[in-house]
Amino acid sequence: MSGAAALEVRRITVSYGARPVLWDVDATFPTGSLSAIVGPNGAGKSTLLRAALGLIAVDSGQSLISGHPARAALDHVAYVPQREAVDWDFPITVGEVVAMGRYRSTGWFRRVGREDRAIAAAALDRVGMAAYADRQIGQLSGGQRQRVFFARALAQETPLLVMDEPFAGIDARTQASLLELLGELRDEGRSIVVVHHELATVRERFDWALLLNVRAIACGPVSESLAPDMLARAYGTGAEALQWAG
Amino acid sequence: MNDDLVIIITAGLTATACGLLGPFLVLRRAALLSDAVSHAVLPGIVATWLLLHTRAPFAVIVGGAIFAVLCVLAIDGLRSTGLVRSDAAIGLVFPLLFALGVLGVTRYASGIHLDLDSTIYGEIAFAPFDVWTIGGVDVARSIVVIGSIAALNLAFVILAWKELKASTFDPGFSQTIGLRPQMLSRLMLVAVAITAVTAFESVGAILVVTLLIVPGATAYLLTDRLAVMVALAVGIGWIGAVAGYWGAVVGDSSIAGTMGLVCAVCFALALLVSPKYGLIATAVRRRRRARATATALAAER
Repeated sequence: MSGAAALEVRRITVSYGARPVLWDVDATFPTGSLSAIVGPNGAGKSTLLRAALGLIAVDSGQSLISGHPARAALDHVAYVPQREAVDWDFPITVGEVVAMGRYRSTGWFRRVGREDRAIAAAALDRVGMAAYADRQIGQLSGGQRQRVFFARALAQETPLLVMDEPFAGIDARTQASLLELLGELRDEGRSIVVVHHELATVRERFDWALLLNVRAIACGPVSESLAPDMLARAYGTGAEALQWAG
Repeated sequence: MNDDLVIIITAGLTATACGLLGPFLVLRRAALLSDAVSHAVLPGIVATWLLLHTRAPFAVIVGGAIFAVLCVLAIDGLRSTGLVRSDAAIGLVFPLLFALGVLGVTRYASGIHLDLDSTIYGEIAFAPFDVWTIGGVDVARSIVVIGSIAALNLAFVILAWKELKASTFDPGFSQTIGLRPQMLSRLMLVAVAITAVTAFESVGAILVVTLLIVPGATAYLLTDRLAVMVALAVGIGWIGAVAGYWGAVVGDSSIAGTMGLVCAVCFALALLVSPKYGLIATAVRRRRRARATATALAAER
């Protein structure tokens, strides 16, 4: 389907127990743009990503990837989980983690072939980590770990990248160079959706934003969705909102 | 085949079957599962007695295995609700099954001798006396049975290697690439359950629990590669089998007990002298760093 959004969620509601985490959320992330999901802590940002990819059950609603039901179109997505989602003491090397990006195209029970290994190596090179291929992942700094996750996503060669808080606890230099990389990927025509909570960088670097606080408060070009009145609705009024907006 | 060799090979094959799976249990923080299974088989033995009125090994293994699989799947199911953590899920399921077994024994089988020790827990010292004749050749039954399980586990781990690796390391990601981590986790647990029950019957419970946990935990301290970790786990299990048997003969002691002790000694050694993660290496590195810092600080002054 041409003209379809890279990722679209329709009326998604998710609750943990009696408490709704997401309430009737509609959002569209256009193809070929760098989009952010922003909102206060506990707004349901990560949950929205996981629900959109079918990783958790939703109470209602659906999500579409390039116009197709998400579950049937997961081969179009590279998902970057939060860094805490994995055990960094796991006995595995940087190169092996990035090679996982090629597992889908390799297929069940087969070994990763030479061509796939070359793609993984190129992805690792692109994030500036080629020299670390044989290191155990626990020996890396936080920023280097995030670069490895980026490389694994790149190796998947998907049109859509979905990233959960990739810049949390990352040094400024790494964040700048990874943001640069995301810009390049967008310019290559890929669509990127990132959970992020630093409004200043979103304004500066992103094209599109969903402002979320359990409900979708605004979704659109950054200049519109992050307007002061919208931010006040998401973060509350007064000093708190100003602090976030700053 | 002489008796010594039968016992060593039986233990070694058990070490192989367990060492192939143990590292994944250790990495998934589910090492105590084997202990749970060792208790959860009791209701299976009672059910076998009720239905078939037999304590024959094959029937008991099948009955025990059914409840072992039930046990691991219930633990996995409980954990996947997100309401109960892995350790608590293990602790919730197996006492229930064990309690059912105890109730069953007291109610239906109080007149006969029906407990874990007399039915499903074997004794490795007796392995040479139970012989099958296959194609005119006498082979110890334990070698055939445990050997088959070890071969199945080897095939499983080799075939699904990258799938097991990815789903153990990063379940969320592996789901997005179509790997079905939950199904893989269940397959792994079923393999553990069947391995454990089969091996209980040949070598006894304590040796199986030891071989599923200790070699894997030891190997974890010695390497940064999963493949090496699995190979080391199997190797350490074999060291336990060979050195443990020798020690038992020399010391005239329990074979399974001595094999378990050797494995524990291997772990203690790794904990102390592992070049990367051992306590000694860590202390040396810390002291060196402190000295270097002190020198650098002195130079600044």
